[in-house]
Amino acid sequence: MSILVDENTRLLVQGITGSEGSFHTQRCIEYGTRVVAGVTPGKGGSQHLAVPVFNSVEKAVSETGANASLMFVPPAFAADGILEAVEAGIPLLVCITDGIPVLDMVKVHRYLRDKSTRLIGPNCPGVVSPGKCKAGIMVGEIHLPGNVGVVSRSGTLTYDVVSQLTSLGIGQSTCVGIGGDVLPGSTFVDILELFEADPDTEAVVLIGEIGGTMEQEAAAFISREMTKPVIAFVAGSTAPPGKRMGHAGAIITGTAGKASEKIKALAQAGATIAPNPAEVALTTRNVLETL
Amino acid sequence: MKVHEYQAKALLSQYGIPIPRGRVASSTGEAREIAAEIGSKAVVKAQVYAGGRGKAGGIKIVNSPEEAEKAASQLIGTKLVTRQTGAEGVLVSKVLVEEASDVAQELYLSILIDGTSRLPLMMASKAGGMEIEEVAQSTPERIFRCEIDPAIGFQPFQGRKLAYGMNLDGGQVGEATRLMTNLYKLFVKKDCSLAEINPLGVTAEGKLLALDAKLNFDDNALYRQKDIQELQDKEQEEPLEVQARDWGINNYVKTDGDIGCMVNGAGLAMAVNDLIQYCGGRAANFLDIGTLNNPERVVNSFKMFVADPRIKAVLVNIFGGMARVDVIARGIVEAYQQLDIRLPVVVRLAGTNLEEGQRILAESRISFIQAKDFYDGAHKVVQAAEGARQ
Repeated sequence: MSILVDENTRLLVQGITGSEGSFHTQRCIEYGTRVVAGVTPGKGGSQHLAVPVFNSVEKAVSETGANASLMFVPPAFAADGILEAVEAGIPLLVCITDGIPVLDMVKVHRYLRDKSTRLIGPNCPGVVSPGKCKAGIMVGEIHLPGNVGVVSRSGTLTYDVVSQLTSLGIGQSTCVGIGGDVLPGSTFVDILELFEADPDTEAVVLIGEIGGTMEQEAAAFISREMTKPVIAFVAGSTAPPGKRMGHAGAIITGTAGKASEKIKALAQAGATIAPNPAEVALTTRNVLETL
Repeated sequence: MKVHEYQAKALLSQYGIPIPRGRVASSTGEAREIAAEIGSKAVVKAQVYAGGRGKAGGIKIVNSPEEAEKAASQLIGTKLVTRQTGAEGVLVSKVLVEEASDVAQELYLSILIDGTSRLPLMMASKAGGMEIEEVAQSTPERIFRCEIDPAIGFQPFQGRKLAYGMNLDGGQVGEATRLMTNLYKLFVKKDCSLAEINPLGVTAEGKLLALDAKLNFDDNALYRQKDIQELQDKEQEEPLEVQARDWGINNYVKTDGDIGCMVNGAGLAMAVNDLIQYCGGRAANFLDIGTLNNPERVVNSFKMFVADPRIKAVLVNIFGGMARVDVIARGIVEAYQQLDIRLPVVVRLAGTNLEEGQRILAESRISFIQAKDFYDGAHKVVQAAEGARQ
């Protein structure tokens, strides 16, 4: 098993005809993902990359039975795209878009409260269950099927960690990029819950970073609920306070936002902390050997 | 994005929130004139993006136009060092000259986005004039909070709850509720990420007055807030960061070391700086080149390194995903052709189109230090910087 996406995922791509949408849809198809539909308003009825294109998510879902959406809609229109997918009843929505205004996301989150859609992202690399399905922009080849779950706020740092794992022969059940925004759709806790319940995940690698309190919330969850080992790294120990480090959410505004505070909380909760970002896989191997 | 206090107050005033009488001055003469117009005790306040001005001598009480002129001359053109600025300080080009109000009480009021509830959160406290984080630590019971539902906006009952929490009475409760409603309107209309009035004064006559104000804006929303974007004061920013932005590198932050870094992705870029420190060095910058496949951005990154006299060695660490390694490699070769690069350069490449990228670098015959992985790159650049320092 795995979480969120697998061989039964029927993926729909919002913004399939744009340049990023096209490029990554092609890569997903090559990886083996079943891409069943695309949505671009005004291009309904056409085909793109041999995938049928629809004018609306609702139509795409009813015609193709899509059960997940991957979104490449520009920031100014992204909130609308998310709401459309939620209204169409999509169970899983992965939003890649970087740069969505925070107040747009406030409305989206309020609307999502009593809906069944799970949102991953925005500003994230997506989700991959190695060997089964890739719904995202990550490099497919670096992954290896296996039993370690990966959850991260970062994109390329996750690629590095995943390739470290793969080079040591440690495969992954699912890798989830929850994104670098201030208000992510799914938090560390949301994903840890899924990994805890997944019989094929033995351990979880968590990659956090400065800003916000998501790592502290994860720590509380780990000490309260997790039976599986967690290996953690938090990026930004050397980041100056008050500066936005690329990601909208990566800014130290109070004490809790510092890497040292997050590392302390995670260590106290029983997570094993990697000494540096290049030794996350080695640390993971050491933990797995004790199981 | 940040703005100056005088700009924040002008926005508050537009939204019906009372502010002290006064104006901004760019010269000592102007400061004198404004103080004369006010005609009573006044405050001269240095306009800088950093907090902690009071303790740093950036706020002066004056009793006459002459004193205002003198205070302005002590501030304008100088660099103010506060606990938020670092040792070099920030330039004061303008001062705000305001009527000094007779204040009976100082309150605290703010709106921010709460990460846990994912809603705008209004916070109010009787403990005004202090850092709210300190209040939250020492006396959390003195802070009152209201989450705001974006579908219906800020409600009068919430205003009453916060106002009674601050021990306001009678007509003040209604006045405070109107002020809070207006602050929320401003917050939403202008895409703020933080709106803080600290202190919110209660005058001897019982009127509310925004004595200091801080507004931060959501960078992601600036595309629809052109008037706010125009308020940006580049003088207040780190010159290297302004330079980077002018060259199309939006994610550049100056740090205090001597190793130049070029990385793709924000998390990886932070981790590279952490790893350099772990290996015994210090990064001179955080630089995420992003995902635009454009060799010119690589060339411009190298321009930043060459222009920065602190830099002793450079680390390029790319894990190609959306960004392609061959494009980066082409950019590195172009940088060597266009610029006089004498710095040791360590290159670590991985990911999309790696073989093509390696071929481009090998055929160019430029001299660089190859690193086989993440750790190797950091380790080698720290050694190279040490060598260059000697």
